[in-house]
Amino acid sequence: MNFEFSEEQNLLRDQARGFLLDNCSTRVVRDVLEGDASYDAALWKKVAEMGWTATVIPEEYGGLGLSYLELVVIAEELGRAMAPIPFSSSVYLASEAVLAWGSEEQKLAWLPRLAAGEVIGTLAVSEGQGQASATSLNATVSGGALSGTKLPVIDGDIADLVIVAVKSDGGDGASLYLVDLTQDCIERTPVRTLDPSRSQARLDFNGANAELLGIEGRGWSQVQNLYDRAAVLFAWEQVGGSDAALEMAKDYAMGRFAFGRAIASYQAIKHKLAAMYVKNTLARSNCYYGAWALETNAPDLPLAAATARVAGIQAYYFASKENIQTHGGMGYTWEFDCHFHYRRAKLLSLNIGSEGTWQDKLVTALEHNNAA
Amino acid sequence: MDFNDTPQEAAFRAEAQAFLKDYYPTAEDFKGLNPIEQAQLWAKRKFDNGWSTLRWPKDYGGRDASPIEQVIFNQEEGKVSDLGDPFQIGQGMAGPTLMAWCKNKDYLERYLPKLSSGEEIWCQLFSEPAGGSDLAAMRTKAERDGDDWIINGQKIWTSGAHYSDFGILVTRSDPTVPKHKGLTYFFLDMKTPGIEIKPIKQISGTSNFNEVYFTDVRIPDSQRLGDVGQGWSVALTTLMNERAAIGGGGVSVGVKSVMQLAQKVNIDDKPAIEDKQVRAKLADWYVQEAGLKFTSYRTLTALSRGSTPGPENSIGKLVGAPKTQDMASFAMDLMEESGAIWDDELSELAGLFQGTFLAIPGLRIAGGTDEIMANIIAERVLGLPQEPRMDKGIPFNEVPTSAKG
Repeated sequence: MNFEFSEEQNLLRDQARGFLLDNCSTRVVRDVLEGDASYDAALWKKVAEMGWTATVIPEEYGGLGLSYLELVVIAEELGRAMAPIPFSSSVYLASEAVLAWGSEEQKLAWLPRLAAGEVIGTLAVSEGQGQASATSLNATVSGGALSGTKLPVIDGDIADLVIVAVKSDGGDGASLYLVDLTQDCIERTPVRTLDPSRSQARLDFNGANAELLGIEGRGWSQVQNLYDRAAVLFAWEQVGGSDAALEMAKDYAMGRFAFGRAIASYQAIKHKLAAMYVKNTLARSNCYYGAWALETNAPDLPLAAATARVAGIQAYYFASKENIQTHGGMGYTWEFDCHFHYRRAKLLSLNIGSEGTWQDKLVTALEHNNAA
Repeated sequence: MDFNDTPQEAAFRAEAQAFLKDYYPTAEDFKGLNPIEQAQLWAKRKFDNGWSTLRWPKDYGGRDASPIEQVIFNQEEGKVSDLGDPFQIGQGMAGPTLMAWCKNKDYLERYLPKLSSGEEIWCQLFSEPAGGSDLAAMRTKAERDGDDWIINGQKIWTSGAHYSDFGILVTRSDPTVPKHKGLTYFFLDMKTPGIEIKPIKQISGTSNFNEVYFTDVRIPDSQRLGDVGQGWSVALTTLMNERAAIGGGGVSVGVKSVMQLAQKVNIDDKPAIEDKQVRAKLADWYVQEAGLKFTSYRTLTALSRGSTPGPENSIGKLVGAPKTQDMASFAMDLMEESGAIWDDELSELAGLFQGTFLAIPGLRIAGGTDEIMANIIAERVLGLPQEPRMDKGIPFNEVPTSAKG
């Protein structure tokens, strides 16, 4: 039994944490949250220079060719720091999609630049309120020209490349297309969001050039596979954030006195923090299995991913809301950083599908395993 | 990451499997024996072949095995055996305490091999009516009389007292000093005159525990472990060895059994498993179940590497017991009015859900209540301060109590 990270991976974690402590304090998060910039471009540049955006991309495409176990270590630390950069969009979604289904030409065209962080990529599925499905898509491609609207698209205002899910007449009802966002006929409108430390946009495509990515009429199953893989990485960000929120609550409770003693000595607070620890531990352990399933492309990946995802959503939501509660009135102020976690936890739980969607996927995977 | 044994672990596992294959008793061997006798038959075979109390020194019947070897043997034994374990307290707690605190080598040679072979069964006499979570608030009196001590008082929640040969006992030898300082620890023969054992009937209708009354029970001073007044330190050795794990094996209430039920019964004329709320609940319970399993894998990895496991395994009982309670209750809801039937023939899985519903409140209390487990996580894992204690530094007999007399 070896269900643990290697020495090298633990060293990478220490290094990543140290780097983000120096370069991504909550001051950096606040600057993006309060300012006009969509992301911290300087931090993005440094992260790319560290090679994080290149982690799992093979060397022949300009990447480092490392494993997903290294990538989840980085994801946890980015989640802990609430890094205001388009890492999840560009690395977990766009790069992964091109890696999985790109033609040799597409890979050579995009992966080296995605690996170097010169290009920011993202994925566009949703077309408005409610759960998207293979039959709900309205965007279409005709003769290589894409028309339709995507809303919201995470990092859609700053991305250079977008993978778009469109309606298909055959197969599973959808296809994936790769679109260069620098074209004039694409209208990008930033939208006001719950977590302004991460930007989102509305994209209107009016006959934009689009290249098929993968197989026509297989787009919906491609999206599901992409989501399964990304779910593990998102869950590691959520675990990192959950632990950070627990530590914040703990530090405050130890230093805050009421009725002559630290509030951390009251059972009402202790049991709250113990409940956070329990949820975080369950999420972390499920994420270990998710990481293993992702790295080995195990047949169990859909179940492992859904389990990690649901656990990550629940742990971070709980830790972020109870962190505010532990801080009392100060936790509700703009000045304190508690709201960063509350916003980010909710945002991460909505990107790539909500808790209910993933609970359903989890049970579907269980049914599939039981039938097998 | 991988889920394979190291070469040494694989070799040990093969050796264990070979032993179990050759020596595990057949149905014929067990015929006519009660559950305790069956467990004793198996324990004796393990002992005779060097497979009992693996972590103990060879001199006392053990194998000098590593923690991971113990885990591997337990895994393999669990595949072939569904026997009860009446030796858990004796082998798991009393034995290690004797080894740590008993200075009389003759005693060690007298008692440990018979503990290891299952010939003698031990029980633990710690809890008292007025000291539940506050375990150290024991009131059972020990008074010195020449070379003996005279014991008067009452213990409670004693598993297996009625079939045990010996017991480990903590008493109050000095009520005029603060709580933890006035305790003294003994072991004793359960046949000693003056001991009266009364079974406790639980809400499930069964009786796994007893009340044990002491009236002028004499224990020789030579059976004291640790110094007079040092009983709490000795008790901590015992408690460190207490396993908070939830018993596995057999059919139990979990995602699998509730899912099977949800496939059989209907909600709105469709299988309940198609209902989104049912699915959401199953998913949440699966997150807990899988989370505990993978947490135990992390602990096993630490043991396999020869390092000390982290604190993460402390969540097991706190998560597992309430989850099982909620799942049993929910399964009965799925059966609608029939959920109330508790009958071997009429109920699903011979009444597993109803039986579990009534048994599980005990598990949320035994070995540390949910609330105490949460305190332990808060204090020992997260490092939060203890609540102020009203009894600190005060002579025990001046501490306010609900106890009478």
